[in-house]
Amino acid sequence: MRDMLEGSQAIARAVALCRPQVVAAYPITPQTHIVENLSKLVADGKLTTELVSVESEFSAASVALGAAAAGSRAYTASSSQGIMLMSEVLFNIAGLRIPLVLTCANRAIGAPLSIWNDQQDSMAVRDAGWIQLYCADNQEAVDTTIQAYRIAERCEIPVMVCVDGFVLTHTMEAIDLPTQEQVDGFLPPYRFNRALDPRRPISIGTLVAPEYFSEVRHANHKALERAIDEIEAADRDWAEVSGRSSGGLVEVLGDPEARIGILTLGSATGTLLEALDEYPDLGPVRLIRLRCFRPFPFEALRRACAGLEQLAILERALSPGLGGIVGTEVRAALADLEGTLHIRDYAVGLGGRDIPLSTLPRVLEALAVPESERFRILDVNLEQLPEEDR
Amino acid sequence: MLEIRIHGRGGQGNVAAAYLLAGAAFETGRHAQAFPNFGAERRGAPVVAFVRIADAPIRRRCQVLHPDWLIVQDDALLTAGGVSAGLKPGGRILVNSARSAEALHERTGLETTVLAADSLSKQFLGRPMPNTALLSAFLTLTGLLPREALIKALAQRFKGDLLEKNSQLIEEAARQVPEGGWNDA
Amino acid sequence: MSEQPIADLRRHQPRFSGLESGHRACTGCGEALGARLVTEAAGPDVLVANATGCLEVFTTAWPQSSWRVPWLHSLFENAGAIASGMEAALKAQGRPTKVLAFAGDGGTFDIGFQALSGMLERDHNVLYVCYDNEAYMNTGIQRSSSTPHAATTTTSPAGKARMGKRHLKKDIVSIIAAHHVAYAATASVAYPSDLRKKVRRAMAVEGATFLQVHSPCPLGWGHDGAVSIEVARLAVQTGLFPLVELERGSLTGVMPIREVRPVRDYLRAQKRFVHLFADDPRAREELDHIQALADHNIERYGLRGDRPDALDSEGADTVRRGGARWA
Repeated sequence: MRDMLEGSQAIARAVALCRPQVVAAYPITPQTHIVENLSKLVADGKLTTELVSVESEFSAASVALGAAAAGSRAYTASSSQGIMLMSEVLFNIAGLRIPLVLTCANRAIGAPLSIWNDQQDSMAVRDAGWIQLYCADNQEAVDTTIQAYRIAERCEIPVMVCVDGFVLTHTMEAIDLPTQEQVDGFLPPYRFNRALDPRRPISIGTLVAPEYFSEVRHANHKALERAIDEIEAADRDWAEVSGRSSGGLVEVLGDPEARIGILTLGSATGTLLEALDEYPDLGPVRLIRLRCFRPFPFEALRRACAGLEQLAILERALSPGLGGIVGTEVRAALADLEGTLHIRDYAVGLGGRDIPLSTLPRVLEALAVPESERFRILDVNLEQLPEEDR
Repeated sequence: MLEIRIHGRGGQGNVAAAYLLAGAAFETGRHAQAFPNFGAERRGAPVVAFVRIADAPIRRRCQVLHPDWLIVQDDALLTAGGVSAGLKPGGRILVNSARSAEALHERTGLETTVLAADSLSKQFLGRPMPNTALLSAFLTLTGLLPREALIKALAQRFKGDLLEKNSQLIEEAARQVPEGGWNDA
Repeated sequence: MSEQPIADLRRHQPRFSGLESGHRACTGCGEALGARLVTEAAGPDVLVANATGCLEVFTTAWPQSSWRVPWLHSLFENAGAIASGMEAALKAQGRPTKVLAFAGDGGTFDIGFQALSGMLERDHNVLYVCYDNEAYMNTGIQRSSSTPHAATTTTSPAGKARMGKRHLKKDIVSIIAAHHVAYAATASVAYPSDLRKKVRRAMAVEGATFLQVHSPCPLGWGHDGAVSIEVARLAVQTGLFPLVELERGSLTGVMPIREVRPVRDYLRAQKRFVHLFADDPRAREELDHIQALADHNIERYGLRGDRPDALDSEGADTVRRGGARWA
């Protein structure tokens, strides 16, 4: 049924449709409305779950871990500093191969303090061993949440559903919420093979000596690589149920034959897509959206970029002293094409800076300069900085 | 695509107004999007929210820089500057004010349409909550959507007595401004 | 029919053991003994959340494990939260299985304190057991907030300018009791039947409970592994480690000491206090200070057992009541 819903509300309803048995979260802007909406669903008797109101994000992730290990479907959500605080647990969850779903309402990381949107938080934990899926809009946030549970539980790998904070979480728009029957048909009841059970006692999280550690890491890495198939299958199968695809691994929009490409993640996609119509004189542009960032979809990305002569990467985070994070990885993936492919990497929309339609011409203009820097933050107003910081 | 920017103060239901307007558009089968200009503002601080209404899906996520219309929930914001920034040529401004449009023009140099939404809402709701009255007046002035759509959207949030009182407020606010008054130009 | 002594019969009775032998703890490890006693008393229908520390390391060198109960180790500082999650899951599934959380004093008093406090405040149906060996033993004997005053550790060494740890041992059980949980108690591996009784008591409570088990560490305390129990018993008999029970924040039980021993007897048995016996006025002052701490405990909890005992009561001096025979 189509309904006008705030992004957070839609996500909470999607989570509820997945029948989590334990929900643990700690409020942080801009994730708060998700937790509030879930609490309301519980209070109204529309969701039966153990709602654990923890004392920190660190415990939120830990409670979810403990619950999933004890045989219950679990959920948590956070943002920014909260993701940082739970980061030790995030690595642990992935290392233990615990199936969990976490919504990251993407937000900048301080200092300086910023409550606004970019993607520095999820990017900072990209090596934790979680699957990371970036949503372009709130419909995708709903559909991806449902897919995420199936992926997580089939692969025994946690999934982080990344949703741009405020830009999506606080935007009201029409959402098609699936029915309970649709979700139940797609997502079987939670079953964790290694669930803790006194009838079959096992030890999880043991000390592993150097003779075994590399093997465990290898298995972990291979499991993430193999998850590619489940991510694609989940999107395909859910599309059969719902009639909607969320973009698989990599989505190609705009002109698929264009020689100039722009690659981005998350909610900037829609703005860039409309900018293509707004600025028709700019010529054909191929818009590439990386939906799946972990595991990194090498093959799909290479297919999406085939035939490009110029590629601009727009990302919402950076690694100071290196430059772009996504850009560096995309370059590596396209390394043998790079001789013919001119790649530039731009950080945009940091700490809530608006990404207007005019971003498109500015990016294409910057990209056209052959001797330009490999990476820069696109919209820096140097006038605002003292001389020595420019 | 029509774009509306709503200015108000924290606590005035600014985001709720944007959500309501988008909800009303949805009730008529239009595509709509509403979002706040996200801030950490507390009660009383100036806040902004945006609404887009279109006949096709809306995919852009940027702020509304060039609104077709402005709704201003507190006339003091007009003197703060920046409120009318980017307003399209021919764009109109609806202001909640106890003053006359002439008096406001004298103070701010802006052409506005005025609704005394504070006193009106106090009369019907018992407290100054200008947003629904302003939305009703806005829909009356523009003819953008029928009032029933607004009441339908309101019914998603409120029930019973509060819905009834708001519906009465909406009817009264509609009587205070000329029907289609912004379409003359 | 048989002339087997009772003790022998009992030995042949099947008894559940949650922690099997063959693990890699040091000889005389109080924590290993404590964990065995706790899991024996708790029985098989439990899930265990174990914080990082000696107990986790010496029981689960992959691919081996000494645990006969379902067991999960996540991190150093989240045993309280992991246990909370397990309990929430069991509740959602309608299973009566009890959750145990195990941590050392580092994971309880210090780094895991916040998660523990949250677990207690939300009153999860969890028995949290702190095996208190009074320092970070897993990383090689560094001071914790549980390390007793004047004890030497690698980060509070005694030297020319210092007499060991300058600060007091944190009164954790009072802090726990301030959460007004249904049951919080201290126990010692030197008094196994008292310890088991307290575990059974806590297991019967629906809600958060806490047990602090004084667990000697021969390596960290500096005594022979063969005398761990004697050393632990002296801690109780001197009044330095009072065995108490608190319900909803009120003191409801103490183990009486009929013959209070001077703290010197306890301190002299351990190398971590050896500097207190040097010919040094500061050492004498510290000894007096520690004696005063013990005297304060005895007064505060009314530990002096000078009244006649009821038949089934236990006291710090009834040595023969302890041990596996009375389980």
